[in-house]
Amino acid sequence: MAGADSRCVPRAARGWAMPLGLLSLTSLLALGLAVAVGSVGITPEALWAVLRGEGDALSRTLVLELRLPRALSAFAVGGLLAMAGALMQVLLRNPLADPYVLGLSGGAAVGALVAMLAGVGGALVTGSAFAGALASTLVVFGLAHGTGSWTPSRLLLTGVVVAAGWGAVITLLLSVSPVERLPGMLYWLMGDLAHAGAPGAPLALLLVASLVALPLGRSLNVLARGPLQAAALGVAVRPLEWAIYLMASALTAMAVTSAGSIGFVGLVVPHMLRLSLGNDQRLILPACALAGGTLLVLADTLARTVIAPEQLPVGVITALLGVPTFLYLLYRSR
Amino acid sequence: MGRSTQGNRLAREVPPAVAPPARAEPMRGCLESRELVIDVPGRSGGAALTLAVAPGQVWGVLGPNGAGKTTLLHTLAGLRAPRSGEIRLDGRSLTAWRRRDVARRLGLVFQENHDGFPATVRETALIGRHPWLSPWQMEGGEDLRLAEAALARLGVGHLADRLVGTLSGGERQRVAIATVLAQAPGVWLADEPTNHLDLRHQTAVMALLAEQARAGSAVMMCLHDLNLAARWCDHLLLLYPDGEACWGPRDAMLVPAALERLYGQRLATAWVEGAPVFVPAG
Repeated sequence: MAGADSRCVPRAARGWAMPLGLLSLTSLLALGLAVAVGSVGITPEALWAVLRGEGDALSRTLVLELRLPRALSAFAVGGLLAMAGALMQVLLRNPLADPYVLGLSGGAAVGALVAMLAGVGGALVTGSAFAGALASTLVVFGLAHGTGSWTPSRLLLTGVVVAAGWGAVITLLLSVSPVERLPGMLYWLMGDLAHAGAPGAPLALLLVASLVALPLGRSLNVLARGPLQAAALGVAVRPLEWAIYLMASALTAMAVTSAGSIGFVGLVVPHMLRLSLGNDQRLILPACALAGGTLLVLADTLARTVIAPEQLPVGVITALLGVPTFLYLLYRSR
Repeated sequence: MGRSTQGNRLAREVPPAVAPPARAEPMRGCLESRELVIDVPGRSGGAALTLAVAPGQVWGVLGPNGAGKTTLLHTLAGLRAPRSGEIRLDGRSLTAWRRRDVARRLGLVFQENHDGFPATVRETALIGRHPWLSPWQMEGGEDLRLAEAALARLGVGHLADRLVGTLSGGERQRVAIATVLAQAPGVWLADEPTNHLDLRHQTAVMALLAEQARAGSAVMMCLHDLNLAARWCDHLLLLYPDGEACWGPRDAMLVPAALERLYGQRLATAWVEGAPVFVPAG
């Protein structure tokens, strides 16, 4: 019956509530863990009291001023990077694409550094990082495309070399700049959440990107089958590709200005999700936002507790997870 | 009819030997080209094609490797720009249509299908419904029904839950055709639709395309098998490697001398059940 049918949730979407619900629950648990664990432990009861607006002053300061903003920043940055990775993988039809590996993060870091050294602040730093990420995207994709088609090896080589070039520029900029004005070398090369500011802007961008991804999702599914096939099925391929370039660059730029160049989140998270949830981008992209966030919250909690009172940059943890995943995917693609 | 192009000795339309039968089918799709010169890499000239694939007609495009058959189909589908000339879909310039509206009227079966990420057979056929859905819409029960009916029609319904990457070449080809069937276009362009198919499925696919034409679609396909073309197509377009082309009703085109020049291969003609059968001769 048409009437009954139209009231139903479409069949394809019925299976999505469960994974997204589970991922949301996991995200909340991870955030709770991140807030509770540290040099001073906070019990679930104390945490609940703080969240209700009660509790003692020490707990309130620890949770509301130190741990919760950092955990929320980690969540937002992880979600942004995972979505950026998933978008680039659709564009390239290649699971090896990642904003860090392909040099987008490096470009964004250089953009942010140049803006900071020029003495500007706030939104201009993010804008400059966006310009850097976009320039990097265009260089990598333009050069890797060349006269022939994208091959994984050509694309990866271009990306890795461009990333190495950005690394050198970052080192140069930091060497000639007054040390006390900028967060350190590790922050820009490996990523660290210790300097993350207020989580508001990255969280807002993550929400906007998730909403924009919904109506684009089916077109992305078609694009994943190749540009010609997509055009034959009515997708305006060029505008969609530009939308992906711009979105991936904006998400990476925001992540990098918040937490530096954290690698491999955009590689590991979409890969794990595709293994278990399939390849529908309408499910994968919001799932990336949740799972990427969860992964980085957990990685950051580990980074600041494993050798406490010293802290590891979180990029070390994600690289230790990401490098084996990358090598496995590269090995399997042969 | 008669010579259709002005001063272009490369292109000619051959008049029909007998008047085509009047058709009373509902019009679902019509594709015309006017003075169309396709852009084949490494070729300077080329015939200007002025032809109309009318509702109910089945056109076969014949020619040796590299003659531009795939380029022609992709150009007609609007996937690449012609060197000059115009294409009209349902009476309106192809470039004036929005991409999505083209996809509702015109479907293309590709010669090769590349895998992106792994997808099931059902998901692949459902992709054909893309042009019919708005960005916020999900595939509904009706879309699913059409996709599954298309898979069943091509005899791959039982494979619906399999990953496309695990299928044989012929099965993948049938899934690709089912995807266009689910797209339900009025104009079918098919690039070697019988690729990878065994004899029985070759016949089934040709029968399917003929059935689409009888229902009012306009069908054009590239073929390498002269005998399939002779049996199933009512019009033929011959693309010569030097860019020359001629076209017209089948019976006027199936001249052994012309076909021998087309392929650079001597042919022997046999008659089976009143129809010519061409086989390569020594």
